[in-house]
Amino acid sequence: MADGDEPMAVDVGSSGDWDGRWSHVQKFLERSGPFTHPDFEASDETLQFLLETCKILVIGAGGLGCELLKNLALSGFRHIHVVDMDTIDVSNLNRQFLFRSKDVGRPKAEVAADFVNSRVPGCHVVPHFKKIQDFDESFYRQFHIIVCGLDSIIARRWMNGMLLSLLVYEDGVLDPSSIIPLIDGGTEGFKGNARVILPGMTACIDCTLELYPPQINFPMCTIASMPRLPEHCIEYVRILQWPKEKPFGDGVALDGDNPEHIQWVFQNSLERAAEFSITGVTYRLTQGVVKRIIPAVASTNAVIAAACATEVFKIATSAYIPLNNYLVFNDVDGLYTYTFEAERKENCSACSQVPQKLQFPPSAKLQEVLEYLTENSSLQMKSPAITATLEGKNKTLYLQTVASIEERTRPNLCKTLKELGLADGQELAVADVTTPQTVLFKLNFTS
Amino acid sequence: IMADQKTNKEQRYDRQLRLWGDHGQEALENAHTCLLNATATGTEILKNLILPGIGAFTIVDGHRVTGEDVGNNFFLSSDSIGKNRAQAATEFLQELNSDVSGNFVEESPDKLLDNDPEFFHRFSLVIGVQLPESTCLRLGSVLWSAGVPFLVCRTYGLVGYMRLVVKEHTVVESHPDNALEDLRLDQPFTELKNHISTYDLDSMEKKHDLQVPKNYKEKEAFRQLIREGIRKNESGAPEEEENFDEAIKNVNTALNPTKISSAVDDIFNSEQCENITSQTAAFWLMARGVRDFVQNEGNGSLPVRGTIPDMIADSDKFISLQNVYREKALQDAAVVAKHIQSHLQAVGKVTYPFNAGGLPVSPLCKNAAFLRVVRCRSLAEEYSVDSFHKDTITSCMDSPDSEMVLYLMLRAVDRFYQQHSRYPGVYNYQVEEDISTLKLCVNSLLQEYSLNVNVKDDYVHEFCRYGAAEPHTVASFLGGAAAQEAIKLITHQFVPFNNTFIYNAMAQTSTTFQL
Repeated sequence: MADGDEPMAVDVGSSGDWDGRWSHVQKFLERSGPFTHPDFEASDETLQFLLETCKILVIGAGGLGCELLKNLALSGFRHIHVVDMDTIDVSNLNRQFLFRSKDVGRPKAEVAADFVNSRVPGCHVVPHFKKIQDFDESFYRQFHIIVCGLDSIIARRWMNGMLLSLLVYEDGVLDPSSIIPLIDGGTEGFKGNARVILPGMTACIDCTLELYPPQINFPMCTIASMPRLPEHCIEYVRILQWPKEKPFGDGVALDGDNPEHIQWVFQNSLERAAEFSITGVTYRLTQGVVKRIIPAVASTNAVIAAACATEVFKIATSAYIPLNNYLVFNDVDGLYTYTFEAERKENCSACSQVPQKLQFPPSAKLQEVLEYLTENSSLQMKSPAITATLEGKNKTLYLQTVASIEERTRPNLCKTLKELGLADGQELAVADVTTPQTVLFKLNFTS
Repeated sequence: IMADQKTNKEQRYDRQLRLWGDHGQEALENAHTCLLNATATGTEILKNLILPGIGAFTIVDGHRVTGEDVGNNFFLSSDSIGKNRAQAATEFLQELNSDVSGNFVEESPDKLLDNDPEFFHRFSLVIGVQLPESTCLRLGSVLWSAGVPFLVCRTYGLVGYMRLVVKEHTVVESHPDNALEDLRLDQPFTELKNHISTYDLDSMEKKHDLQVPKNYKEKEAFRQLIREGIRKNESGAPEEEENFDEAIKNVNTALNPTKISSAVDDIFNSEQCENITSQTAAFWLMARGVRDFVQNEGNGSLPVRGTIPDMIADSDKFISLQNVYREKALQDAAVVAKHIQSHLQAVGKVTYPFNAGGLPVSPLCKNAAFLRVVRCRSLAEEYSVDSFHKDTITSCMDSPDSEMVLYLMLRAVDRFYQQHSRYPGVYNYQVEEDISTLKLCVNSLLQEYSLNVNVKDDYVHEFCRYGAAEPHTVASFLGGAAAQEAIKLITHQFVPFNNTFIYNAMAQTSTTFQL
């Protein structure tokens, strides 16, 4: 047996530190080495920078976010902000380890911050129970590095756009001090990826949009009249039957988190399936389809968040050359990683500053332009709002997100570009949820 | 069917049940794992097993918690300093999930090996973290004899290392990522032929001697045949027919030849598959049943899988086609079951379906093409001068920055530890001196194994610089990686690595070697 049974009296200094606390980290900051970044200088000031000055923003306090907060806190980062608009659900508990059953219903950001601050003395995590869109440049500008653990491509693109909007160009030259590195992680089941983005310098989220697999949406004719899979039956109930029958009242939308709603969809899906002799509709499948559930486990989130946090550390301290710039991970069969450099897209709609072109004949309808904006794989806009300057005035050609304006501008969709008064070389401004800034397009008439 | 109000556990574990199912979860909840050393790497591994609901864990650790330990470990606090590390960590880890049973033993692994090596026999899996080489080898030998899987993990500076030691691990549900469909278009079974004959495909058969198109030229000709089949409208232009488009797109993948993979062939040719005794494990009984089918009723082919991909078609036609495959699959599965039954009777066992990994025949036949067996060499074989994998090491070192150099450096620091009872460069003043000492260890290692490879000085310097540090992010990466391998071993789903995994956090690269 080991010596002594009395725990030692520990001298916890005024900063909350004890002897040896940062020893695992210090070896990388206070010793020179053969693989360090060219800018690296061994010094005991770097640790102080981490502890006292460096400010990190974590987006998301879910599967990746919890891991990120822990990893950063135990790597010496003390000034951390975390943004998450969600509250805790029971199904989070299999991996979001900062939460317990008693926390269900509470804001993720707040519970996560409380837990880390209490477990890691001296760490000061500031929670924000908000959407990322609730903040503007003045908020984001204060951070040295931003790291994302999001579950939405739209949110990623928005964040990407925000950091691009912070870039300062002087005489066409990018001011490096305006760059805020963005580390982005994503996971799905046993797969994940981590990437380092230096806005304005390396490939951004939009440069590699084609890497993100499109969401599976079944064709309407399949759902309406030719179902073959249990999923088709569930989508029928969700998309067609629910709005028609309004089973829980007028204007009550289907809530995937409401077991009664799911039960209703499940029962009706079974009936639909029986009509077509389709088997396989289960409660679990029903919920999975309605909520677009992505399976998730603790282990994949741990791996990807760890890789991301390692990059945050490297960038904050110049300890090593950062990942350049994309890591893919998959542990279905053994463990597989692949690291490559994602390339910038020359005419990226987000980061290239190259004016975006729209090529259409004057006889094309506005509807075609709308379809192009949403279906083109490099743009993938969700619900773009198109405006143009006509006769000196700003005119909204089509906007989907406000019902009254949608109704008013809907007839424009059937009008040709010529009928709408648009000219060759005209600029169109397009706003969309995928970017905080409007994207300017130049309209070129083809014959 | 009334769906019961989901139990709390089903809700809690919903996201992972979609990956390994209720039977996988049951296996996990019946497992008891042992962790040696509650360092950051160890507690991170356990965290990722406790959260998904492993049945029980036991931490074996004789160390007292130090200030350094608390600094990188989420499951210790400054109050833990001076306490036994197994006990302190167990308290924090237990708090993660009340479904899990946590235990600790305040003892060094070496003492346990001295006094009670059979202690380890009770575990489903033993995970050894930051173990010195001698302890690792001793434990490896005990667990190998006892047939207990052993997972060795280590974080050393910015290097992560895992070694899996398991004699034989069988997998029915490997869940392959990109499996080809089992449509049997090259050798349609009778019922499929009959079903197809209700459509008009005669012209194809006559032209090509009943073979499916094999090369690009033939497949193009086939696509052209399909295009010719598209209806034309009044002005002679082809109609837009989605189902024909889909057919043309899928020519490459749908027309794959029906054949058995080498992995499955190896399984059929294994000694365990050939010699069925009353001791034969369920997996081999099942494999033998499938093999018997292949050699008899299957005419060289596996039982039909029974699933088909979604295709553009009206519901009736699709469902009736699907049923043709489903019914054949059920038929084949029944034949396989009969074969298994006859073997069971021959060796005097009675019940079928038996519960061994809990798999009745239908998942077996659905997965027949994807059966896998993983056999890892023992540590003794890896370390012995007579049997170590010289060729693997030498050829990897053709690229001197390959992860293999990190493996050699880990072996070298172990040598350093053996000789000096400490790791190199732990204190600042040691770094400079230890570089030349470590280099001697590298050279003696290479000499002992007659390895004619070049280990760059930069790596010797870097490993001294690490000072045996265990940075949290690297420990956490390994924590995730190792936990998932553990889950694979426990659930017998998905395929574990074989057998050495090295993670380089500097470059964010990794490789798996078989050593």
